[in-house]
Amino acid sequence: MEEKQGVLFGKTLRQLESEVFELGLPRYTATQITDWLYKKDVTSIDEMSNLSKEAREKLSERYEMGLSEPVKVQVSVDGTKKYLYRAHNGKFIETAYIPERDRHTLCVSSQVGCKMGCLFCFTAKQGFQGNLNAGEILNQIWSLPERQLITNIVYMGMGEPFDNMEAVMQSLEILTAEYGLAISPRRITVSTIGIIPAIKTFLELSSCHLAVSLHSPFEEERRRIMPIEHVYSLTQVLEAIRSFPLGKQRRISFEYIVFKDLNHSPRHVKELARILNGIRCRINLLRFHPVPGTPLKAPDEKTLQEFKTALEKKGLTTTIRKSRGQDIYAACGLLSTKEQQPR
Amino acid sequence: MKTLKKSTIISNLETAPGAYILSFPRSFDFVPGQVIGIAMNPEEKPRLYSIASGNKEQVIRILYTIKPGGKLTPGLARLQAGDSIFVSEPFGGFICGEEPAFWVATGTGIAPFASMFYSGVSNNKVLIQGNRFASGLYFREDFEKGMGNRYFPSCTREEVEGLYYGRVLKFLSEKETLDPGLKYYLCGSAEMVVDVRDLLIERGVPFENVVAEIFF
Repeated sequence: MEEKQGVLFGKTLRQLESEVFELGLPRYTATQITDWLYKKDVTSIDEMSNLSKEAREKLSERYEMGLSEPVKVQVSVDGTKKYLYRAHNGKFIETAYIPERDRHTLCVSSQVGCKMGCLFCFTAKQGFQGNLNAGEILNQIWSLPERQLITNIVYMGMGEPFDNMEAVMQSLEILTAEYGLAISPRRITVSTIGIIPAIKTFLELSSCHLAVSLHSPFEEERRRIMPIEHVYSLTQVLEAIRSFPLGKQRRISFEYIVFKDLNHSPRHVKELARILNGIRCRINLLRFHPVPGTPLKAPDEKTLQEFKTALEKKGLTTTIRKSRGQDIYAACGLLSTKEQQPR
Repeated sequence: MKTLKKSTIISNLETAPGAYILSFPRSFDFVPGQVIGIAMNPEEKPRLYSIASGNKEQVIRILYTIKPGGKLTPGLARLQAGDSIFVSEPFGGFICGEEPAFWVATGTGIAPFASMFYSGVSNNKVLIQGNRFASGLYFREDFEKGMGNRYFPSCTREEVEGLYYGRVLKFLSEKETLDPGLKYYLCGSAEMVVDVRDLLIERGVPFENVVAEIFF
């Protein structure tokens, strides 16, 4: 049997128009397909009942749907669930579903492993094992048992989204387009460690929120925990953000993991106030949950609260992110790392 | 990204199967360890490469391998002397000081260390270079001549006389002592960087003494 050339799920309307043209099908078939892919719950091409028989046959010869169920789930005592999906290369990725009273957030992965090598990150220990395609990013949402409950999507799972820009932008188009899932871009946040050319493209082409991993306002210190600082400095990242008119709706947040005795002194408060001056933003403080082999430690709760208060006194809007799913390591890549290991 | 400027290729030679050294005239100053963006036309998004030549040389060299399906490297490998490329100004902060240090590199991660070596800052450095095959130990002859017994080449897929057989991680783990006061500069795959950094930290090297560069 001839090997199928690709998957349908994750293709944009424009890509599908080009595909149906190649197959000699009418152009409107592309709109019909997006309707079946992104509006209705079908799992096979055969179920696309308003397509002609010829169209379904031609599509089936070339394509698979590209949907896959999660292969494993871990459930935390606080209701957080971590799903494991298999990627096209046989490796595994994680997706965290974080339910709250009036907000249900899904944290999606964009790569298998990561190249960025941040000192505090467990996903980094897998190294880099491949990019996800747009369909695999979207499948984490579409195949989630709680899909109907999701209110917010954050690209903060495994991988650096802006190191897989094409697939991430494609997935964002499908998530927000009328022909796609039609989710408001205000409910989607993409997080980056600060890849400047991609930040510029993202700010120009998307209306979704942006989160930047900051973790230290001092370049030398940031460099020790985040190698990206060698290539794109925080100063340049902030310049790039400042140079773009953000509008009132769009939110920029800075993620800041607080490490014991490292990045929460009055000096850090003063410098954060200085470098973020003039950017309408929020600082999101994260509790550090130490991962094996990391020399960094978490501060006590009092230190965290004092740091938050000190930042607020400088006029910086600051929140502390609630820790969720600690018993299942919801944020660290541990499940997929274990699954990746040979048995 | 900085503005791209047109440059004319001096040479583009295959130095090992699938690995090329591209040379063009130097039109800017740089610090060894810095990177430049390269594109085949000015509208393209440039890809970043570490400079592999010395900062007093009149040419800039970069080392690259062909990425199957890649957007730049298959085309780049077809270019010849006289063809044009577009190059950004140098930037980046993977910079090594005068102090004694270990340099650990795999694959094309050797490029920033080659630049440091050709710029004359290798006198008190130890270089550990790894690759799967001996042919991928780029600049090996020069390192052997210039660094002597401070140079440790290694291979993981073939046993060759004079080369350590195994990963750079294994080589380092077999060392009885690793001076925690030294700086350790790492450049290579994410996996190597993270594994070696973990080993160094486990062996008592403070994380601030481990300086890692990443490729992406």
